[in-house]
Amino acid sequence: MLYISINTLVTASILTAPLVVVVEIFEDFPSSPDSSHLNPRFSIDSEPSEVFRWRFARRRQFLCIRTRAGAGASRLKVEVMASAIVNATTAVVEWASMAFDAPFADAVVFGVHVDGHLVVEVLLIAVIMFQLTRKSYKPPKKPLSEKEIDDLCEEWVPEPLHPPITEEMKVEPPTLESAAGPHTVIDGKEVVNFASSNYLGLIGNETIIDSCVASLEKYGVGSCGPRGFYGTIELYQNNSEITSWAIVDVHLDCEKRIAKFMGTPDSILYSYGISTIFSVIPAFCKKGDIIVVDEGVHWGVQNGLYLSRSNVVYFKHNDMASLESTLEKLAHGNKQAEKVRRYIVVEALYQNSGQIAPLNDIVRLKEKYRFRIILEESHSFGVLGNTGRGLAELYGVPIEKIDIITAGMGNALATDGGFCTGNARVVDHQRLSSSGYVFSASLPPYLASAAVAAVNYLEDNPSVLTTLRRNIHLLWEGLSDVPGLMIASDPLSPIVFLKLKNSTGSPKNDLELLNKIAERVLKEDSVFIVSTKRSVLDKCRLPVGIRVFVSAGHTESDIKKVSESLRRVATENL
Amino acid sequence: MVRLPYSTALTTLFSYGLLFAFGQLRDLFRKIIDWFKSSSEDLKGYAPICLGLEDFYTRRLYLRIQDCFCRPIASAPDAWFDVVERYSEDSNKTLHRTSKTSKCLNLGSYNYLGFAAADEYCTPRVIESLKKYSPSTCSIRVDGGTTDLHTELEELVARFVGKPAAVTFGMGYATNSSIIPALIGKGGLIISDSLNHNSIVNGARGSGAAIRVFQHNNVAHLEKVLREQIAEGQPRTHRPWKKIIIIVEGIYSMEGELCPLAEVIAVCKKYKAYIYLDEAHSIGAVGKSGKGVCELLGVDPADVDIMMGTFTKSFGSCGGYIAASKEVVQYLKDTCPAHVYATSMSPPAVQQVISSLKVILGEDGSSRGSQKLAQIRENSNFFRCELKKMGFEVLGDNDSPIMPIMLYNPAKIPAFSRECLKQNVAVVMVAFPASPLLLARTRICISAAHSREDLLKGLEVISKVGDLVGIKYFPTEPPKHETKVYKVE
Repeated sequence: MLYISINTLVTASILTAPLVVVVEIFEDFPSSPDSSHLNPRFSIDSEPSEVFRWRFARRRQFLCIRTRAGAGASRLKVEVMASAIVNATTAVVEWASMAFDAPFADAVVFGVHVDGHLVVEVLLIAVIMFQLTRKSYKPPKKPLSEKEIDDLCEEWVPEPLHPPITEEMKVEPPTLESAAGPHTVIDGKEVVNFASSNYLGLIGNETIIDSCVASLEKYGVGSCGPRGFYGTIELYQNNSEITSWAIVDVHLDCEKRIAKFMGTPDSILYSYGISTIFSVIPAFCKKGDIIVVDEGVHWGVQNGLYLSRSNVVYFKHNDMASLESTLEKLAHGNKQAEKVRRYIVVEALYQNSGQIAPLNDIVRLKEKYRFRIILEESHSFGVLGNTGRGLAELYGVPIEKIDIITAGMGNALATDGGFCTGNARVVDHQRLSSSGYVFSASLPPYLASAAVAAVNYLEDNPSVLTTLRRNIHLLWEGLSDVPGLMIASDPLSPIVFLKLKNSTGSPKNDLELLNKIAERVLKEDSVFIVSTKRSVLDKCRLPVGIRVFVSAGHTESDIKKVSESLRRVATENL
Repeated sequence: MVRLPYSTALTTLFSYGLLFAFGQLRDLFRKIIDWFKSSSEDLKGYAPICLGLEDFYTRRLYLRIQDCFCRPIASAPDAWFDVVERYSEDSNKTLHRTSKTSKCLNLGSYNYLGFAAADEYCTPRVIESLKKYSPSTCSIRVDGGTTDLHTELEELVARFVGKPAAVTFGMGYATNSSIIPALIGKGGLIISDSLNHNSIVNGARGSGAAIRVFQHNNVAHLEKVLREQIAEGQPRTHRPWKKIIIIVEGIYSMEGELCPLAEVIAVCKKYKAYIYLDEAHSIGAVGKSGKGVCELLGVDPADVDIMMGTFTKSFGSCGGYIAASKEVVQYLKDTCPAHVYATSMSPPAVQQVISSLKVILGEDGSSRGSQKLAQIRENSNFFRCELKKMGFEVLGDNDSPIMPIMLYNPAKIPAFSRECLKQNVAVVMVAFPASPLLLARTRICISAAHSREDLLKGLEVISKVGDLVGIKYFPTEPPKHETKVYKVE
């Protein structure tokens, strides 16, 4: 408070000073010819003390006006204080002038009368100059002493590395004792497996295993190095793994094979399904770019969006009206938006809901608003369309219209890794700037061989897709009237997604209920089904449910078994 | 650390300047030509995939020497392998494969223990597992992706590294990039070594925690950063940090340097920070029984909170692991996205790790494991010593199987690589942006599979090419420099 008032005073005096000085200068030259009109009430010979009193009266008035104008009405208190101080100062100045006036009463230097008030004015100017040259006030910096830092370090108590372990965290998933085909062994008991996304029933396929064995014998298991070579256009600290010796020719063959199957010029292999999408998105979308994305995308996509640092806008799950209004809002009349890269990211078949994205509408909107499209086909590649070429085939959209397609190969192809395909520019760009490609060891060659063999198999046996569709249809029929549960997925989706008709209100309780059902189905009827698992890091807020993964390898009786078991357990639990 | 001679720095900068100027000139001509050709209607209204100079480096620098990278091979990455020959008709813009291969000495793969090639113990077991379990489970770990092989591997890994529990993932990169967000989030602080791998950087970014970097291997600086940060707390609010995790690597892949682990742990303990150790390159490769830097530097694994490692390198497979206390592993199994959403590790690859671990532990009933470990140590130290004698500037510490040789000038990168390949030695080149602009290097990885003759042949070729290219920067009596001496128990 004191500080503020001093400051105000100084400011006020600084503001006033020039005016005072101006007035003084005019008055200090009483002998000049045209100054007489400025000073009409006093003759040149007037008593100095009289002149003085008049001047000071004027000055006081002056100061008061300045203070009032400067500080404003709201600072009444400051003003009162300021005027009090001004009064005191004036009194002191008056006294000092009087004291000085006596000896210098008639001193004239270069035609200027040196009297008391001139001395005071010079002093005042000196003070003002001194104040102006000083730096503005800053609170003094007092760095912490070593001892204080020591104490702070001593006092600091970190949180534990992990939150308290709850009972749910201790639950171990069932352990399979044989291949995860349509029938598998859990705890020594044979069960029907509806938990593996082995859509084409390729697990256990002899041809594929033979090609893997041949590959293993020739190339070994791992490739002992990343395929990449250089780093990315990242900071150099981000230390890349570089080697030229991990591309095995089978990788290149696999890329060619997938591109040929999809009808695209080229494709690029990734070593892990989930890392495909979260490397592809940041490779194309950078800070400042715009991404419009469905709110139901899985964690891999969410992570890619986060890493890209782009501006992400969500639209309602699989709702084209919402997509259109979002695009309209972003693109219409926005000159700035035309200069940045714009992408729409959608999943072909949402693993969180079993819904299928209406690609024809999306392509229409993308062309209208000039967005590029990134399509995640992990669960639809090898499944949708007459020959399994994915969503584009299902909707009859030319493949060139989809800029970037990514897919994991751990589902229909029954191998591992992932790929991204598109035009040559898109693929080549990733070879140097996609972190999951550049910085990671390459896909084990035998898995690439398995992918080639699986694509060959699919092309040679399109009938497997008919079987799959028949199985999905059968399961739909069987599950359409399960009490308490309803099918929320698309009729073409091999993930049949069952959600609760009446949610309990909290996803946690819902999940508990569904887990109980799945557990009982496995224990009592030897049918392996699973509920959706959600990590706390997942931002997807779609309802949880039971996912039944249908395979072409399931027989009619398998499907009958799962629907009957589910109906029975659901009736008892819901 | 690297000591860059003044003249070399100048010539290197000049070379890059020249390359940049020519690149710009070519870009200018491209623009003029494009201006005459009207661009296609389709692309109107779309911003280009790469804006401005984003891909300048790729177009104008990398493509010219593309043939030195990404060379395909047609065999397992063993001590010797078959390199597919390629040719180009448009000065390296596109490369075509031929059916010809040439047999080369492999000084580039991370095949530290020689498990990359067929192995008498591992391969039959892998094939057996492949037939039993197929290549994939097509499911995530928490659903139907856990086979008894996965459980066995997790127990074995925990026992091997000396931690109570472990969890495995199908990809090393995804291990780092998805574990870190599960361990720490907003309000937490990650203090990372400046040369940490990209997967750690991406994981740290993805976590939302604040990130500070300390100078590579500089424990004093780490302590300074820690003190500052604890005293200051979170930016703006000055609340205390929720937790602090320090992330270091066992062996740095581009430098071949060991981490001063004991000192780092002492600092972590003093300031109650957690330590996350990435042993991607050190697990299986160093230490008397292959247990990584902890064993080499005499550190108790119990002092390291989180131990991460990969199966790609020493074990000749794929995937990664996290070993920690039982509670941490339980928590990660519930939370980590790579566990909850990603396809589980391929069963034959799991079997490869199990078998190779058993060989290393001597549980296969032979002493091959310890022989391999002795071999890689001897090979590495022999090769490093010889290279230094020849006058090369070699980075890294003794016992580390990674040894980068400094090249500096950009023109020496393709020259060295092509000349070595001509004489049937395959090496890996590292340049900007993977290393600082002026510090281009070649990196040699030694394997236990190399015989003494192989190494002598490699040394002979490298020496010859080194003379030709002019990279023997310490020609006479190398001065005693940089190598820190670690106490090895």
